[in-house]
Amino acid sequence: MSELRFTEDHEWLRTEADGTVTVGITAFAQNALGDVVFVQLPELQSYDKGAEAATVESVKAASGVYMPLDGEVVETNPALDSSPELVNEDPLGEGWFFRFKPTDASAVGQLLDQDAYDRLIAQA
Amino acid sequence: MSTEQLLKTPLHALHLELGARMVPFAGYDMPVQYPLGVMKEHQHTRDQAGLFDVSHMGQIRLTGANAAKALETLVPVDIIDLPVGMQRYAMFTNETGGILDDLMVANLGNDELFLVVNAACKDQDLAHLRKHIGDQCSIESLFEERALLALQGPAAVTVLARLAPTVAQMTFMQFACVKLLGVDCFVSRSGYTGEDGFEISVPAANAEVLARALLAEPEVAPIGLGARDSLRLEAGLCLYGHDMNTETTPIEASLLWAISKPRRADGARAGGFPGAETVFAQQQAGVSRKRVGLLPQERTPVREGAEIVNEAGDIIGSVCSGGFGPTLGGPLAMGYLDSAYTVLETPVWAIVRGKKVPLLVSKMPFVPQRYYRG
Repeated sequence: MSELRFTEDHEWLRTEADGTVTVGITAFAQNALGDVVFVQLPELQSYDKGAEAATVESVKAASGVYMPLDGEVVETNPALDSSPELVNEDPLGEGWFFRFKPTDASAVGQLLDQDAYDRLIAQA
Repeated sequence: MSTEQLLKTPLHALHLELGARMVPFAGYDMPVQYPLGVMKEHQHTRDQAGLFDVSHMGQIRLTGANAAKALETLVPVDIIDLPVGMQRYAMFTNETGGILDDLMVANLGNDELFLVVNAACKDQDLAHLRKHIGDQCSIESLFEERALLALQGPAAVTVLARLAPTVAQMTFMQFACVKLLGVDCFVSRSGYTGEDGFEISVPAANAEVLARALLAEPEVAPIGLGARDSLRLEAGLCLYGHDMNTETTPIEASLLWAISKPRRADGARAGGFPGAETVFAQQQAGVSRKRVGLLPQERTPVREGAEIVNEAGDIIGSVCSGGFGPTLGGPLAMGYLDSAYTVLETPVWAIVRGKKVPLLVSKMPFVPQRYYRG
């Protein structure tokens, strides 16, 4: 398993052995959202960086999950349809949202690393 | 609004100590949830008992031989024959029949009425009372002087009876002066969750001691505004400013039941409240839109403001409150719909992020109310 990268919107990314990138939201993000009751997952299609690819609904409100980089979504997490609470219980594991093929694989490495992300949430 | 400008209830320090997440609400810094989280707080209230700080709400005392008669000029509700020791739901209407606020009115006896109004409306309600009936009775704001706690859930009676056994004899909407921990409190058997329970008006200086005593009981957990909203939504109860406002009349808001028989067009004291002509005309001729319950037929929560369309895609209304019901186990909503679509089980659609989510017009409450009627 390769190291995690992060966006300022509190998503994590992990490059898999096949070159696809798995995306989820961080422990910090799920804690801020509260109990997740529904996740609208993306379509299997290309999205531009910053596009709202998924939506996560907590008891309180709906929040967008944004495409971290240009790329094509190739898989979504089927478990979230019946068990959206996985986002709270295991945000970095079973609660993943989708996998995508980045248009530029090297762009992943330019996102925040763990230290930079920890500094970001320490200021929040 | 920065937190420095927000008002604090007498329990503010306790909320922080309990680890609450605080949010601005109606000008107050209020707990939206505690570490338990909204879902578990909601379920705990339905299973055992939850303690809510609702001290931001406005408490007002009217005193005088003419207080009941005077208040009747502002609400479509029977106040004159409200028995001593009973509470009744009411609303202030404006000249066009719109709702200025909804409130609870209790008869304390000795020509005293006790009102509880919404936090966001309390200053304007006080001004409204003073302007219209200030010369007919004494009007006393208890905003600073008293806190308000709600103890809600099936175990609420067991818990409160440990402090004052007489509360177990009370039934839904009864109201009494009760000593709790040696302090004179106003207790009503009512609430905003659909469960049995009590609302307790306590002097501000004694609120924290009482709250700590209640929280020390094994059945009781502190509950925030997040669960308060999902509980009241499942119970089909209106939230002022969302499910009704100055643009909606009691008829449109499906609150005809709250207009007392003696105040209706054919009643002994018909009318005599602001906007009565409009309200009676609507009651007779019907209204063009009405508040209804809505059940999404998919897992997608449908939120306030979402447009509602018919099969052809024409806009026929909008959602006024919506979210997820933890006890229901799914999404739920209320909305205003063109009256042609308000029959139960009528299929309609909400537009959520550009997609049509199917809904059925549904009866309320969504979860059965469990008030104690004796």
